[in-house]
Amino acid sequence: MRGQAGAAPGSDDRGDREIGGSPNRVGGIDRVTGRQVYVADVPLDDPLHVKLVTVDAARAGIRSIDPSAALREPGVRLVMTPQDLPRPMPRFGPQFRDRPVLAVGETKFDGDPVAAVAAETLDAAEEGARRVRIEWEALPAVSTLDAALAPTAPLVQDQALRPDDPLSGTNVLREHRYGWGDVEAAIAGAAVIVEGTYEFPMVTQFAIEPHAYIAAPDGDGIAVWSATQHPNWLQRVIASILGLPLAKVRILSPDPGGAFGGKQHAKYEPLLAYMALRAGRPVRLVLSLEETFQAVRRGASRVHVRSGFREDGRLAFREVDADYLIGAYADIADRTVAKGSYTSAGPYAIPAVRIRARSVLSHTVPSTAFRGFGNPQQIWAVESNMDESARVLGIDPVELRLRNLAPRGETFIPGDTPADGIWAEAVQRAARRIGWGTPLPAGRGRGVAVGLKSGPTTGLSHATVRLLADGSVVVYSGTSDMGQGARTIFAQIAAHELGAPLEWVTVVMGDTAVVPYDQQTSASRSSVIMGNAVLAACRDVQAKIRAMAATLEDVPAEAIAVDAGRVRLPDRELPIREVLVRGLGRLGGEVTGLGEARKDADPQHPLGGTAAFYEFNCTAVEVGVDEATGDITVYRHVTVSDVGRALNAAQVRGQDEGAAIMGLGHTLMERLLLDADGRIRNLGAIDYKIPTTLDLPVLIESEVVENGDGPGPYGAKGMSEGALLPVAPAIAAAVRDATGVVIRDLPLSPERVWRALRERDAAAEAPTLPG
Amino acid sequence: MTSGTAHTSVGAEPPDSPLELTVNGRPRRALVRSHHTLLEVLRTDLGLTGTKECCLVGECGACTVILDGRSVDACLVLALEAAGSDVVTIEGLAAADGLDALQQAFLDHGAAQCGFCIPGQLVAARALLQAIPEPSRAEVEDGLAGNLCRCAGYEQIIEAVLDAAERQARPAAVHAPERASAPKGPPAGPDPASVPDARVAPQ
Repeated sequence: MRGQAGAAPGSDDRGDREIGGSPNRVGGIDRVTGRQVYVADVPLDDPLHVKLVTVDAARAGIRSIDPSAALREPGVRLVMTPQDLPRPMPRFGPQFRDRPVLAVGETKFDGDPVAAVAAETLDAAEEGARRVRIEWEALPAVSTLDAALAPTAPLVQDQALRPDDPLSGTNVLREHRYGWGDVEAAIAGAAVIVEGTYEFPMVTQFAIEPHAYIAAPDGDGIAVWSATQHPNWLQRVIASILGLPLAKVRILSPDPGGAFGGKQHAKYEPLLAYMALRAGRPVRLVLSLEETFQAVRRGASRVHVRSGFREDGRLAFREVDADYLIGAYADIADRTVAKGSYTSAGPYAIPAVRIRARSVLSHTVPSTAFRGFGNPQQIWAVESNMDESARVLGIDPVELRLRNLAPRGETFIPGDTPADGIWAEAVQRAARRIGWGTPLPAGRGRGVAVGLKSGPTTGLSHATVRLLADGSVVVYSGTSDMGQGARTIFAQIAAHELGAPLEWVTVVMGDTAVVPYDQQTSASRSSVIMGNAVLAACRDVQAKIRAMAATLEDVPAEAIAVDAGRVRLPDRELPIREVLVRGLGRLGGEVTGLGEARKDADPQHPLGGTAAFYEFNCTAVEVGVDEATGDITVYRHVTVSDVGRALNAAQVRGQDEGAAIMGLGHTLMERLLLDADGRIRNLGAIDYKIPTTLDLPVLIESEVVENGDGPGPYGAKGMSEGALLPVAPAIAAAVRDATGVVIRDLPLSPERVWRALRERDAAAEAPTLPG
Repeated sequence: MTSGTAHTSVGAEPPDSPLELTVNGRPRRALVRSHHTLLEVLRTDLGLTGTKECCLVGECGACTVILDGRSVDACLVLALEAAGSDVVTIEGLAAADGLDALQQAFLDHGAAQCGFCIPGQLVAARALLQAIPEPSRAEVEDGLAGNLCRCAGYEQIIEAVLDAAERQARPAAVHAPERASAPKGPPAGPDPASVPDARVAPQ
């Protein structure tokens, strides 16, 4: 197996049997037998099937909705229209309460539903949806940054939703400014200044599981099933909208079939909740893949970067000016802009920085979280700018990074967490592995780039651990296991701490009526924050075992230590299980532990909190470019992530390579195309391509840096996004190295590369004028 | 002003048609509508939800099944076209005594992440190994090119298929993969099978 994730050097005698190894995935057997139940598979008694009703326009004025013909359709039981919902229309959203349960008066993007039909069969629901009679007219729509920012642009959002905001008369939802140092003086003193503008298109998450939702009356409350990353957040949204206490809203969240950020925040769950209560029956909505494209995407961006250097290659200043094209409703998009831009100067020690970023509303699918959370757009720009700067300075691109990286312990963003890893180690290892500086065949090129992302800025996770009478363990966690393997990590921690074989640990997730509170599953937080909560719950159990041992052995508790499954008495050691069985006595029972992990907010911080950790990755690639077709072949792809400590080597590799290949998708082939009216032209799998087995690098190699310097259990950091961050600038740098062409737009499709090659050739052939 | 979306008026629905086919070795019957696909019949009428639904246009491979020995996208096969056919789905892959070699290899190599594409990957891999018992890496890449994995566990999936092929070709040489985590032996106590399953939530 490739990669070197494994037990950290210096693993102590605590018996890291389960930590750092590669035990089979907890939940793996259900995944390879087809028994894993996703939302679309949940068996229901007497469900109704739901179909959304939309109009074929990016923006439409809705004059009337007539459900009568649909209601005459056999099997149709309910047509939900805005008239059937409370007035004013209930709205929700994680940052702004701007998304209506159903579009009222006006649709704001291609796919914005105006009604929904529930029927006994999916056929009847689809037929009913076709028969809902809607009178509408197309309205002028804005679907590009330039159109949305034009002084005469139609406003996407109703100004009444933010009455006190001076920007409410524009399509700028928010503008963020960060910075430090004297930028003007640094500009005046810089030896070299390099600048450019870089574009990143709309792309979509394309989880293979299309989004699916169920709602059903549940006693005097409601139950909602959703493949959500944030069950407790969704619980709050449903409770708030329906006016129910949290205890009467039960969120069931079967493992998502891929999420990638797209399943963080509520979309159609509130609509389904209203429909279930009105129908008095369970209702299920399974989106088509096309409808999923119309539900979630990544924000497009245009980023201008200007970097100044001293003669020795040290950064003197950096300016970043970014516009993100977000969608019609804010969702969490503005937060991706704020957070992605906040670290956009990169992992470098820079004396003067000025950053401005705007989230710009448009009549397009609401953009939301997507692996990398606003950072890949910035890193594409800033790292491409670093590569161009290296050429201008005449300094090797690897050396330029090494010269500027913030060393561990150094504050590189004033007021935030200092650099928390030996980042140069990742760069040096990637360079060594790719053979940086060694000769290449003609037509080949190498590129390198780094990526930094701030981890969670706040966090709160609770966990419960029950040590049962036979020494087996049940862990309760509100995290969503969407493929990252959280369930396995928590089982490994519990097995290690309580001395149980991994096969004896069950991890319960996915039901807010059963598991304690967890803030959310995002920002690569779960191994760290929920991991610490699980660890704390295990420590709570260990403390009770210690008290048991003190009584049983008549030894002062202070003289006993309990860890790693062992009870260490002054004169001997016992397995936890032995003390447990004796301590519980004839009645049996169990020992329960509670754990909490919290990262508090900092109201003074521009993001509301400092970084719990940083994800850092260095990617180095070797590519070949077909001069005749513009096609890029990735011969080698080396990704090195600083993970603090790999808790599960196989899962770390899976996340690292998966992120790398997802990054190759937006680098080489992915892009949502809109027509002039703002409708998506490449809706669905035929026209929107993502990497397949035929698009892989010839060789992909992942390594991890493990210095045990993370805040998570055993020194772990979050790591599931890092390897995606620098892929695009690394590939573009390699293309530049191979061909001499600099491309500043994505994707690096054959057509785009071919055109750049022809322009290069034309420029070379053009007569040069003397003088 | 635009009004409604065009639809053609439909008359009385054609009656459901009886369908007989063999699924995972069992004769099965269903009454199906003429436009329903094999995928709908498997998932809805027969309750075999291991076969997944994603793109419905034959591009993602999540609904791959083996139809009379060939791997097909069940979303592209009308149910009535499958009349009299022999169908193998993910539920039919396991051997009577547990996981088959492919399933075990997927588990051992960590090939399943979110797992949603895995039934299709496994069925496609089974069809591939039936056609080419000892494929090269390139042949595996070709054979699975129609099965998307957005977690992009492709490397682990390919390694698992190659490993399963090897295990099948050289059964004598089968070794359980060494894993650092393999417990050396559980503590003395009750049989793990007797440990109560305390899961109360769907997973």
